[in-house]
Amino acid sequence: MNAALHFDPIRLPPECIRLRQEVREFLEGELDSGRRGRREVFNREFSRKVGAKGWIGMTWPQKYGGRGRSHLERYVVTEEFLAARAPVRLHFVADRQSGPVLLRYAPEHIKADLLPRICRGELCFCIGMSEPGSGSDLFAAKTRAVPASGGFVVNGTKIWTSNAHQADYMLGLFRTSPPAADNRRHGLSQFLVDMKAPGIRVNPIRQMSGEHDFNEVVFTDAFIPQDHLLGEIDGAWKQATSELAYERSGPERFLETLDVLIALVRLLGAQPDLRAAEGLGRLVAQLHALRRMSVSVSGMLAAGAEPVVEGSIVKDLGTLWEQRLPARVRELAAFAPSDGAARASFDERLEFATLIAPKLTIQGGTTEVLRGIVARGLGLR
Amino acid sequence: MASPVTEAAQRIFADLADPQAVNRDAGGAWKAPLWRALEEAGLTLAWVPEALGGAGARLAEGFEVLAAAGRYALAAPLAETLLAGWLLARGGLTAPSGMMSLAPAQPGEPILLDPDGALRGRARAVPFAPEAAHFAVLAQGATGARVALVEARACKVDAGKTLAGDSLGEVVFDGTTALTHASAEVDATELLLMGCIARAVQSAGALGTLLELALRYAGERVAFERPIGRFQAVQHNLARLAGEASAALAASASAADAIERAARFDEGVFLEAAAAKIRCAEAAHEGAAIAHQVFGAIGYSQEHILHRFTLRLLAWREDFGNESLWAAELGRRVAQHGADELWPLIAAR
Repeated sequence: MNAALHFDPIRLPPECIRLRQEVREFLEGELDSGRRGRREVFNREFSRKVGAKGWIGMTWPQKYGGRGRSHLERYVVTEEFLAARAPVRLHFVADRQSGPVLLRYAPEHIKADLLPRICRGELCFCIGMSEPGSGSDLFAAKTRAVPASGGFVVNGTKIWTSNAHQADYMLGLFRTSPPAADNRRHGLSQFLVDMKAPGIRVNPIRQMSGEHDFNEVVFTDAFIPQDHLLGEIDGAWKQATSELAYERSGPERFLETLDVLIALVRLLGAQPDLRAAEGLGRLVAQLHALRRMSVSVSGMLAAGAEPVVEGSIVKDLGTLWEQRLPARVRELAAFAPSDGAARASFDERLEFATLIAPKLTIQGGTTEVLRGIVARGLGLR
Repeated sequence: MASPVTEAAQRIFADLADPQAVNRDAGGAWKAPLWRALEEAGLTLAWVPEALGGAGARLAEGFEVLAAAGRYALAAPLAETLLAGWLLARGGLTAPSGMMSLAPAQPGEPILLDPDGALRGRARAVPFAPEAAHFAVLAQGATGARVALVEARACKVDAGKTLAGDSLGEVVFDGTTALTHASAEVDATELLLMGCIARAVQSAGALGTLLELALRYAGERVAFERPIGRFQAVQHNLARLAGEASAALAASASAADAIERAARFDEGVFLEAAAAKIRCAEAAHEGAAIAHQVFGAIGYSQEHILHRFTLRLLAWREDFGNESLWAAELGRRVAQHGADELWPLIAAR
């Protein structure tokens, strides 16, 4: 039983301050060229411009198109894009998750082909994990990849697959053997899937927010070449990379609804009443604390530590905070002016944030799963 | 890694302020030997430069010692004496030995210093005022801020107790003559926020112990034929407690680090200090409630040490301005700077 939790007060190094300025100037220019106010998440032209700046795959080696920059520098780019609600959907998953997996497990010729294109902002990736009947419980996956001449043949269905309709590639988790008696995690393998291959059908699933990220992906005798197997056959469960910790603790885990807080400040004006001022102060304090936790975990990861519990705690607290934020700002806005441009803008943002709030504690690992991970880390399991 | 200063403090707390022993010692006989040991180790005047009779430790080291004190739910005026020494040093005044506290201890309570050295004003809720031998006072003189050293027996102290049973008092300065005084570049906001950071690091320490105690108990206590820590409902409560302890740790460590690095008390440092106060007070409330739920009836008994931690966590929320006062001030400042400055303020930390 070890309850020693670490949140060192890590500060971003000076190169991050210069980089942040550069990112803000870039975003300012982009927003001024007509993007301001648009609720847009996916934009090929924008992703290419970000790629040209060297801000996709920026921590990867230069020979694959990366810039060899630090994880803390990537942190700065990510949080500035999120805070500005920049349309990063095309490259975000590839930059955060898929690229690092390829870097670690793909054969050289695939790395040489795909990674530079990811860095240029040309490739969109999706993650094929959940299935009908297997969501949080990944190891219940049933979609099968059966050996065939020169590769594998895949049959089955993935579901809730974000961006599958726009993705060039999927990183998919498929069953290659039955679970072992002593290890139910055994028998799953990770594959690179070309979404343009025959036998793959993508069916859209509309969300209650009106957006379309989700899809059902149906595999019917889809062929995957042998060299698209990533890592060890049947051993995908061992292949969780440190990127998982970055994913859990990154700024995307508390900034998803930030724009309602900024809209609230605009609505309240320079002299809010005492109730609104107090509520606003608490929210700002909570946001600051979350960000300091998140930076701390990133800094510890970059220094080679493995703050698994700390990372899960950041996601648990962060996603609950961003989920409750719309409800809190709604209360604080109740006695502010009920008309005018600031109110219209606030109401519109609040509506959208309220609509997306339920998903925030589900995507990328539910609150319940995270608390299980924390409990295990605390020695309770 | 704990510094040698912190390790020395920890040894003293473990030997002389063990929560079990303190909880059984109704007469408070533990306190005098503890204080003697702290003074001998130079810990009580850690923030006083050597030239003024102190140990000359860095701010960060002093805050580390206070975090360690929090882990023992220490019920002695160590934070107050450190803060008083720090305040006196700002005016170049030599600090006396013995227990000290400081005034003002709440916002909006100006104390005036006449040109002839007489103090006038009232300071409410001064922690450990009835036990202090001296007060360090931040007063307004005719030409600006003054720091004064006052003998406690020269003041009227209206004694009271905190929620945790620790002493506090209202201190009335009714033409009270200061022993010494000097001008200093420090304002009441800065002083109170130093107090807030001290309480924040103490709270983070106490929450750390609360988590350890609750984890140990959940592993030992058997109900329905298994340790209660095997139940998912209890596990999730403990995960939440770990989350609150983590938030308090991160916010308080960040504020202590910020003030150590800061050349001046700017908006960024204000955010760090106020946020530490606010978030640690929230964590105190949530964390104490969860810990009590884990312990059940035994944790509600006088005999058990749990209340030494939970009640101090709750009581500390009130000191140096409660978190609502600071939240309102932070909210006003954010509103004043406007919507476009909010993210840059956060991202600059």
